[in-house]
Amino acid sequence: MIYDAVIIGAGHNGLVAACYLAKAGMKVCVVEKNDWVGGAAVSRSLYPGFTYSNCSYVSSLFRPEIMRDLELPKHGLQILPYEGGAVFTEGGGYLGMFRDHDANRREFARHSRHDAEAYDRYSRDVLRFCRFIRPMLMRTPPDPSSFKPRDIAELIWLGRKMGEMSERQMADMVRFWTMSISDFLDEYFEHPVIKAYLAVSAIIGTALGPMSPGSAYVLLHHYMGDVDGNVGAWGFARGGMGSITQALARSLAAAGGEIRNGSGVESVIVKNGHAQGVVLSNGDEVRGKRVISNMDVKRTFLKHVAEDQLPGDFVKRVKAFKIRGSSGKLNIALDSAPVFPALPEGAPNLKGDLHFTDSIEKMERAYDDWKAGHFSRDPFQDVMIPTMIDPTMTPPGKHFMSCFVQYAPPKIEGREWSDADRDAFGQTCLDQIEKYSPGFKNRVLHVEVRTPRELEAEVGLTEGNIFQGELTFDQLLFNRPVPGYAQYRSPIKGLWMCGSSTHPGGGVMGAPGRNAAAQVLREAKLPNRMSDAYAVL
Amino acid sequence: MNDLTHFEVPLRQTPFHARTAVLNKLNRWGPWAGYMTALCFGDEAMEHTAIRNGASVYDLCPMVKYRVTGAEAAAFLDRLTIRNAGKLPVGSVHYTVWCDDEGRVLDDGTLFRHGVGDYLICCQERHLPWLLASSAGYDVAVREVTEEVAALSLQGPCSASVLDAAGFDVWGLKPFRMVRFAFQGGKVTVSRTGFTGDLGYELWMEPAQALPFWDHLFASGAPWGIRPIGTDALNLARIEAGFIITNMDFIPADQALREDRARSPFELGLDWMIDWDKGHFTGRRALLAEKEAGSDWALVGLDVPGNISAEGSILYHGKKREAGFVTAAAWSPSVKRSVALAQVEAKYRKGDDLWVEIYALRELQYVKLMLPVTVVERPFFNPARKRATPPGRF
Repeated sequence: MIYDAVIIGAGHNGLVAACYLAKAGMKVCVVEKNDWVGGAAVSRSLYPGFTYSNCSYVSSLFRPEIMRDLELPKHGLQILPYEGGAVFTEGGGYLGMFRDHDANRREFARHSRHDAEAYDRYSRDVLRFCRFIRPMLMRTPPDPSSFKPRDIAELIWLGRKMGEMSERQMADMVRFWTMSISDFLDEYFEHPVIKAYLAVSAIIGTALGPMSPGSAYVLLHHYMGDVDGNVGAWGFARGGMGSITQALARSLAAAGGEIRNGSGVESVIVKNGHAQGVVLSNGDEVRGKRVISNMDVKRTFLKHVAEDQLPGDFVKRVKAFKIRGSSGKLNIALDSAPVFPALPEGAPNLKGDLHFTDSIEKMERAYDDWKAGHFSRDPFQDVMIPTMIDPTMTPPGKHFMSCFVQYAPPKIEGREWSDADRDAFGQTCLDQIEKYSPGFKNRVLHVEVRTPRELEAEVGLTEGNIFQGELTFDQLLFNRPVPGYAQYRSPIKGLWMCGSSTHPGGGVMGAPGRNAAAQVLREAKLPNRMSDAYAVL
Repeated sequence: MNDLTHFEVPLRQTPFHARTAVLNKLNRWGPWAGYMTALCFGDEAMEHTAIRNGASVYDLCPMVKYRVTGAEAAAFLDRLTIRNAGKLPVGSVHYTVWCDDEGRVLDDGTLFRHGVGDYLICCQERHLPWLLASSAGYDVAVREVTEEVAALSLQGPCSASVLDAAGFDVWGLKPFRMVRFAFQGGKVTVSRTGFTGDLGYELWMEPAQALPFWDHLFASGAPWGIRPIGTDALNLARIEAGFIITNMDFIPADQALREDRARSPFELGLDWMIDWDKGHFTGRRALLAEKEAGSDWALVGLDVPGNISAEGSILYHGKKREAGFVTAAAWSPSVKRSVALAQVEAKYRKGDDLWVEIYALRELQYVKLMLPVTVVERPFFNPARKRATPPGRF
């Protein structure tokens, strides 16, 4: 049997690509090394009765157009917007976030009346950048060195969008793309804790500090999604992040696609410069007219394709692709809801993101540890308790807590992580939470600690980088993953890329998978019935 | 509720709430700048009638207020706003707007001069960072005082009589002037200002005086049928008066996501306020250039045939080409015609061959109307009693 397409990796982008191709009539097979599907968007039961979103943990970027096209709600997907959020400060205080505009303003005003009134202007400016960038998410980047009509048309489209901007707006945007989040926030706000809260989105998943140039763009990457049109809002997938990939798997099955679990790809079969399928680690061959890799670009081309099949310059570029791991994760089963004495009773803030880093300086110090090859002694944590909203993940009254932690380097002082390092890392994070929630540790039933080592070993993310490559400006748009190969093709005919290493990058977004499918269908001259991108605001 | 549990009451109650809550028979409230505000107390038509016939009271507390004090307050406000704030006499009020560097309007509001170096800005939106940044280099202090001032708007042809009965002699008070009276150990400031286009006053006090003052005012005004009104009735009156509201008739420049949504004073028909000779002010260079080159948009008043409100309608030139849109509209009981405020592309400002497409709801079914409109002068309703000093005694 020869498939029309063999997709490597049943992560969300691989499944999105597979669904679109299957719906267009192709015979597709997704091969997955793990016994389960989902890649980094999974719900795992690692403690009896508890479901963990043990990699990605919140949703905002996943394109609503994809949910519609692939009928994911029909296949069980529900996204729940979340409330609240808080930064706990040294000395027992906090800054809360509220969905209600006036409540949020008064909360900011508790810390700074100036900042309370500056927030709307800040949001406006960031939304302006979103309006520019969002329409690009589901378009294949043009190749600026090509003279193909499609590339020229796409460049003209881009030029026209730039042309709609005033000179001042364009200057602001170019500055924003290249500056640090710390400098950007300084232009609006005065209070350290307000800046610390708003800087969070600029460092998550990136091996940059808040004072590193380029970190401001990362904020935009986390801001341009939405929950039902509420741009910048985030939510939980009901049942954990695996609900997204489970819905995709069901949509794929409904469209006649196949998934083969339990044995990963050993190598891509290349004959006469053309990809013809894959060999699995169990020795099976899965033949296909084309192979689409959802693995990151480094893993795909440096581990599973013979180097002599690739141009030297391409290999050099792939080796240079920045994919530095920066984060770890704790997944915790709790016997009861944690109490944070700083928060007044009834505050909705626990139903959102919780942080313990109350200044940008502290965040930067945490990054300094990473640069020195250590995990942060006083780490930044993005803590969520999805079960405050989602009743399906634990028994009633019990809770699942997801702690995303920065910074954790891919190697400890240049050597591999040991189990002792991992345990010390986990303990550091638990101690930090205990400081703000006395008695917290006594509620813990089970902890899964994941360092970049575990993320790479299980999910396959090189160096444990959650975005399959950093979102710095040198690695975006037509430079992602490498110049000349931003249109989901590789130097090998019939071997395509559809993962977060490609435009528009990481997060549980699905756009790379959809864009790759669009290019594959275009080449196969099959009709593409994808919804047009929705308008932004 | 305390400082930390503010989130339990996202919409605050004004200092008059104990009275307005009892009178709000329909329990119809809406949000305004973080407060709950009555949309209608019981009968919009009767409330509108109170504005035009007797005396009406509207709770103004949510209006955002900034106090500007200091030796260079006048110079700062001359730099900030387009009008001449230095020439505003102490004890007077004027309507004004302020712009960004591109000459696009950030907000409109009223400026009260309480002393040589003591002004109060009343406006719709929040501007503290802009005001503080603009004040750099001036010997002024800018403070947000919204919650420190309680205010009522007393409007209607009998409003002077009501004040007189309450012991406040305002017979000699001219439009846009203010006067201070003693009230129960404190002070109440009465300005002859308002948002209805009728005879009316605004009454400013400390929040602690709010309830006693309300009781005194309503007791004094009973013979004239004094009546609390909600935002719906006020909105109808302001449309009749041709007044615009920030974020209803135009988007403030600092909130516009689309750059082309921001408007200049020329485009809102407010260029008459610009004082070109007072020295530099924010936006002046851009506005001078616009004065030379012309504007893209114009705000116009429209007379609409028939009796259906044109709210939310699109305007066409020659029934085909989109020419603008209606920002506010109503059937006006005071002028017995359907009127509208609209933004049109500047080339259609004269209104030749201008049409409005109205979706008229007739028993749950929309019927499309295409009607020719006429550009007319504002205010649509402009009674002489509004300006008369002394005002009529009733």
